[in-house]
Amino acid sequence: MRPELVELTNRARELFDDLDLKAVRAWKEAAPGRKAVGHMPIYVPRELIHAAGMLPVGIVGGGDRLEIIRGDAFFQSYICHIPRSTIELALSHRLDALDGMLFPSICDVIRNLSGMWTMLFPDRYVRYVDVPQNYERAVGGVYWRRELEILREDLGRLAGHTVSDADLSRSIAVYNENRAAIRALYEARSRQPWFYPTSEVFLFLRAGNLLPPEEHTAMLRQYLKLAPLEADRCEQDQSRVVLVGMFCEQPPLGLLLTLERAGCWVVDDDLLLGLRWITCDTPTEGDPLQNLVEAYLNHSAVTASRYLPDGDHGRGLVDSVRQNRAEGVIFCAPSFCDPALLEQPMLVRALEREGIPHTQFKYSEDTGQFAVIREQAGTFSDSIRLWSEA
Amino acid sequence: MSSEPRKDASSQDQAQKERSMLLQKQMIGAHYDALATAHEDGRKVVYTFVPGNLTELMRAFDVLPVLPEINALQSGMRKLSGDYIAEAEKQGHSEDVCTYVKCDIGMLKKGNIGPTGKKLPPPDLLLLSYTGCFTFMKWFELLRQEYNCPVAMLHVPYQSDGQIHEHHRDYILDQLRTEVIPKLEQVTGRRYDEDRLREMMRLSAQAEDDLVWVLESAKNVPSPIDAYFGGVYYIGPMFTAFRGTEAGVEYYRTLRQEIEERLRQGLGPVTPDGSLGTERYRLVIEGPPNWTSFREFWKMFYEEGAVVVASSYTKVGGLYDRGFRHDPARPLESLADYCLGCYTNLGLPTRVGLLEQYIRDYRADGFMINSVKSCNSFSVGQLLMLRQLEERTGVPGGFIESDLVDPRYFSAANIKNRIESYLQMLQQKRAVRVQA
Repeated sequence: MRPELVELTNRARELFDDLDLKAVRAWKEAAPGRKAVGHMPIYVPRELIHAAGMLPVGIVGGGDRLEIIRGDAFFQSYICHIPRSTIELALSHRLDALDGMLFPSICDVIRNLSGMWTMLFPDRYVRYVDVPQNYERAVGGVYWRRELEILREDLGRLAGHTVSDADLSRSIAVYNENRAAIRALYEARSRQPWFYPTSEVFLFLRAGNLLPPEEHTAMLRQYLKLAPLEADRCEQDQSRVVLVGMFCEQPPLGLLLTLERAGCWVVDDDLLLGLRWITCDTPTEGDPLQNLVEAYLNHSAVTASRYLPDGDHGRGLVDSVRQNRAEGVIFCAPSFCDPALLEQPMLVRALEREGIPHTQFKYSEDTGQFAVIREQAGTFSDSIRLWSEA
Repeated sequence: MSSEPRKDASSQDQAQKERSMLLQKQMIGAHYDALATAHEDGRKVVYTFVPGNLTELMRAFDVLPVLPEINALQSGMRKLSGDYIAEAEKQGHSEDVCTYVKCDIGMLKKGNIGPTGKKLPPPDLLLLSYTGCFTFMKWFELLRQEYNCPVAMLHVPYQSDGQIHEHHRDYILDQLRTEVIPKLEQVTGRRYDEDRLREMMRLSAQAEDDLVWVLESAKNVPSPIDAYFGGVYYIGPMFTAFRGTEAGVEYYRTLRQEIEERLRQGLGPVTPDGSLGTERYRLVIEGPPNWTSFREFWKMFYEEGAVVVASSYTKVGGLYDRGFRHDPARPLESLADYCLGCYTNLGLPTRVGLLEQYIRDYRADGFMINSVKSCNSFSVGQLLMLRQLEERTGVPGGFIESDLVDPRYFSAANIKNRIESYLQMLQQKRAVRVQA
């Protein structure tokens, strides 16, 4: 690997391992009065935090690198892992750099976690971000605009100054750039997945949880430039698969490595979906708040936590399979994840209508044993390469 | 602990023949009979959920409501849910998700036979009142694929701070006017009749007054009711298909008269073994009951003389005891407020505050949390709620785990052991206080 890519990857890995938010503390200490606001998956309008001059920080639990000492005492055994590791991070003071926390509406777990946060950390700003499930401009749009107005006022108070339209338009432009870079990375991986292994792509995506978006965009562009220069990265006889179900609690890195070693090239996924929730550029002219509203209503990613008025579940997944020339789908959801697991039978039905092969297993962010997954994924990969009609 | 049944045997026959019980049985029977022939009779059927149900609005269009949660709990009580859940899991539904959903889907796959043994009609409309529970949304998305019928989506914003905000109410009103009412009009071929809705709300408010009186009768010592195990029967008509009906008004008037009589006679709550004789413990309970072993679960309490004087589960279909009433003067607005104020649509700090108030107002000796695997809406945060309540009230809490309708998650010996140990601890604390 070229030294530049080694250095870049090491930096991404360092951020991936940064459970203490050292990078956030460093950013805050670099200038007086800086503040940071955390948010859980999937979608929050990070443009608003950025426009207030604060650092948006994506929190996705502790993964497999955190010993849970106190977190388990807050959750029953049948609840997914991300809330317990997130509480653990907070109670062990690893999240002290955060001046506020946003909890978007994904499911009842993250929703109730917002109430727990309010009770456990009464001196910090907490808001439940209840995105609309009605996508009519005059209905859900009016409601969402009011929610964003309140959030803008709150964040302005936290930052100590009002968030102007000009600030917000500038931040929208910054995030357009960031999402464009992520889209470019996904498109490049889909074309030549051997240059951009998902275990590596994941590290670079995760960096976006901690870095200012401008730095993250630069990092992604650099990676896009460097990765194809690696001479030993060449096309192999691997299966092209789409991963589904990882939009909230993230898999351990070892799981993604295992899939690759089992013969799968991941050509699309829903990892860290919030980073690319808005699927095209948001206008930077006109009323910026309304632009955010319209972007949410008309250009949101399709996922299990969103209501689909037309009921066409699976259309987005089938489209992804076709567009990315995938040969199969791996449902890979966290244990006890209501949205992903309740959605799965509907997606399976859509795939079976189209004759698209699929397999499924579950994980927890701290899963440490991958032998069974490797065997299952390997068998799946072999079967679609050997027996697929495509 | 004492195994002596604490009941008043002389009133056993009376307990089994309470007029309100017979009335409720007749009402439910008639409702399921009407459902069985609904389509032959030219009536439309709407499936919807208990929290945030728009019964008066549906009744104003003369449609018959079906509540899949109620079907699921009935299946649990009739020991059918295990097979239904197995059927759904066989069809690819995860073992990790809500068993109400799987029970409902399994029931559908096995013929959709309702609690009275008659086939339930398919829905003409799925009224997805997305109130306080994320799973509701996925549930009806799944049913939509099975029934291929229209869906009216009503997104009710969460009250994280426990307050009703004007733009939240407006959002619901907009959805009622642009989504729910037009779809009801389309399905039924009828025009929205607000005067009819107002009249139904007038009836609802009457029944609600009597329900609140009944629930608050538990402030008496001894309590004439059990506000959890008995309470689930008392809320039945109010939370399902009978708000806004004369039958509902009559049921609650009758129930109130019976409880007034029990108070006059100094009788304890009705149990399956007759009236409870001696009230030894007054408890508040958070969380839904287990349905697959409901009577066995109840018996674990009444055998020890434990009476539940207030519960959160009896508020999932509306917080009437906090003052809310359906208001004929502002019908749609009060439907919006009703949806917003249902218990599981309230943030955890508000829920803790409510339970704290119950513990004080109802002079409870203790509180228990029955944490059910199926319901993250209730369950996530309950361990913190337990600590907060103990700190705020000084009253010790107990914690048990079960499920709604999955019989695999009801461990009778374990639960009985926990309840007995908890009550022993309350007794011990009481003895220490007396000595002091």
